[in-house]
Amino acid sequence: MKVSLFITCLVDQLCPQVGVAAVEVLRRAGCEVVFDERQTCCGQPAFNTGYRSEARKFAERFIEIFEESDADYIVSPSGSCTAMARHFYELFEDDEKWRARAEKIAAKTFEFTGFLVNVLKIEDAGARFNGRLTWHDACHALRDLNLKPEPRALLKNVRDAEFVEMKNSDVCCGFGGTFSVKYPEISVAILDNKIEAIKETNADAVVACDASCLMQIGGRLSRLGVKTKPLHIAEILANQE
Amino acid sequence: MEHLTAENFDQNARAALGDAQLRGALRNLADTFGERRKAAIATVENWQDLRDRARAVKDETLLHLDKYLTQFADNAEKAGARIHWARDGREACQIVLGLLKEREAAKIVKSKSMAAEEIHLNAALEAEGIYPIETDLGEWIIQLAEETPSHIVVPAIHKTKGQIADLFAEKVGIEKTDDVDVLTKTARAELRARFAEAEVGISGVNFGVAETGTILILENEGNIRLTTSLPKTHIALMGIEKVVPKFTDLDVFLKLLPRSGTGQRLTTYQSLITGTKRRETDEGPAEVHIILMDNGRSRMLAHPTTRQSLACIRCGACLNACPVYQQIGGHAYGSVYPGPIGAVITPQLVGIGKTSQLPYASSLCGACREVCPVKIDIPELLLHLRAEVAERATEPVKRKFGEKLAFRLYSLAWSRSSVYKLGTKISRLMQKFVARDEKIGEQKGFLSKLVPPLGAWTAWRDAPTVAPKSFREIWKDDLEKSEKLKTEN
Repeated sequence: MKVSLFITCLVDQLCPQVGVAAVEVLRRAGCEVVFDERQTCCGQPAFNTGYRSEARKFAERFIEIFEESDADYIVSPSGSCTAMARHFYELFEDDEKWRARAEKIAAKTFEFTGFLVNVLKIEDAGARFNGRLTWHDACHALRDLNLKPEPRALLKNVRDAEFVEMKNSDVCCGFGGTFSVKYPEISVAILDNKIEAIKETNADAVVACDASCLMQIGGRLSRLGVKTKPLHIAEILANQE
Repeated sequence: MEHLTAENFDQNARAALGDAQLRGALRNLADTFGERRKAAIATVENWQDLRDRARAVKDETLLHLDKYLTQFADNAEKAGARIHWARDGREACQIVLGLLKEREAAKIVKSKSMAAEEIHLNAALEAEGIYPIETDLGEWIIQLAEETPSHIVVPAIHKTKGQIADLFAEKVGIEKTDDVDVLTKTARAELRARFAEAEVGISGVNFGVAETGTILILENEGNIRLTTSLPKTHIALMGIEKVVPKFTDLDVFLKLLPRSGTGQRLTTYQSLITGTKRRETDEGPAEVHIILMDNGRSRMLAHPTTRQSLACIRCGACLNACPVYQQIGGHAYGSVYPGPIGAVITPQLVGIGKTSQLPYASSLCGACREVCPVKIDIPELLLHLRAEVAERATEPVKRKFGEKLAFRLYSLAWSRSSVYKLGTKISRLMQKFVARDEKIGEQKGFLSKLVPPLGAWTAWRDAPTVAPKSFREIWKDDLEKSEKLKTEN
């Protein structure tokens, strides 16, 4: 099975180790992994701020690049960017041809944990983590892609790890893209509830499937000097030591 | 009390976040209402089907609203009610005023109505020297405090018990106590006297049935029952979207609304009113006036995306579930309808010019869509309105211009991988000045102003740095080769 990675700009720039880990897990699962260097961003920041014609440029580019690939699936280590790809069609309300192309691409685009569990039927990735883990539900993965049991199943099968649910794991971390800098005080007030819930679990790592939530949560954990590490689920699943 | 405006949403929100009493009052909102709602919806097996059915009823009604409204009006008049049509809030207020003046009515009781809040009915009446008494406990509290509701269902949710104790001591003249039982009994005694002498009762409407001309109003305190049955004249204010085709359609909404709003299986009272009393010896008002009000609703109806806003049954579940509302409460929105649905409805009702911040007052987490009993896609509507804001050259012009330019540049540059890669290199160079231990801490002074989003971020959160080697570089140097090796083996 051939998988084309959509790595996302955040992972590419800020946490490439997440991408490396995702490649490792997918290869271990028997996938042939390819990466098209021409890719950049899904355009979500523009779409979510109301700049639709700008967002459309990103969508067209994404579609053109991934249409050329003979890969069976497009997999991304982000619920949010996957959800954006699934929403591309909304940008082509007045253009049936583009809309059809967008829908075709959307149908083969999957978020990393959803792909592992629902397509590859893998719930045990053969990983090991010595410590306590808790899971934060990223909003788009949870509510747009309906991924709730999938990441939990994967984490519960990690050897030597103890999984604990935090309170309100399904409540937003307050990131919201440009919301986090348009209304930073509200964003951080929401975030602080999340931080409290994480602290209550006493977990060694808070795990999520989106670099954006992890940047928000991690940025505050770091500022407050909390020891819990923000980790992407690909990093947990890649680890076998 | 000075009322907040939507134009200053950012400032209002900051003030709300600094208000310890307010945040104390809001603290248990999510847990209490959220848990109650969950328990209540667990008592029906087919919750998702009910939501679909309700939405189907609403969609059908909205698609043929002209037909159902005329049917409703005809049947209500056959039952003895008088129908009045109001294009906007001003007209609706004029109709109420006219009716009161014709009857020389001075003693008015009023029950909770968001439609009346929407058109500032009390202020319009007070300007003419008529002072209606609010009879819902929460509404009475905020009327005494000279405030506005901060929640669609629980208007005084922003007030603590202590604040209400002070208010009653000052305005009602009782000895100060925070004994809820004493406070409620005081309100009851005060309000009963008002009901007994009232000449006109003013109410809102939850649903109007086209095939019978019946209106349905839900409540828990019995004050609506009294408002609509004791006085000789009943005036009901009804948004044109409140109509449903059949009497049996009420079934699904009676299951959805109380569960979503207050986490009850059913409200304590459901008043079904079909016209006036039939015989002199019957109980109930001799006159029933129903005002059918548009006030911007037909504008929402016109667009296929915004039309769904009219499916709202005003349960308030999206407010309770919203992480933003939970932090700042309702007043900060500076609009009659607060929270996610308010951020959607308000710009459509009053125009997007002065309310352009509201569609952005959300992290788009989708909790509102998840709890909405009629499946309104609030995030979709927020995005629709954001696109409208972005396309318009509204105030503040300067900020808008900067933002527009930034997004134009971002789309031009980042959609080309060569420029994208160059950007990475520049960022790596720039961050050398600010990064310590692979993170960027708080930026003070000129640097935070130089790159505004950075300062807004790092005031509370450390920022990550651009990695020394990007994924695409790692791929090229290492991963791609190992893939080839693997395939060749």
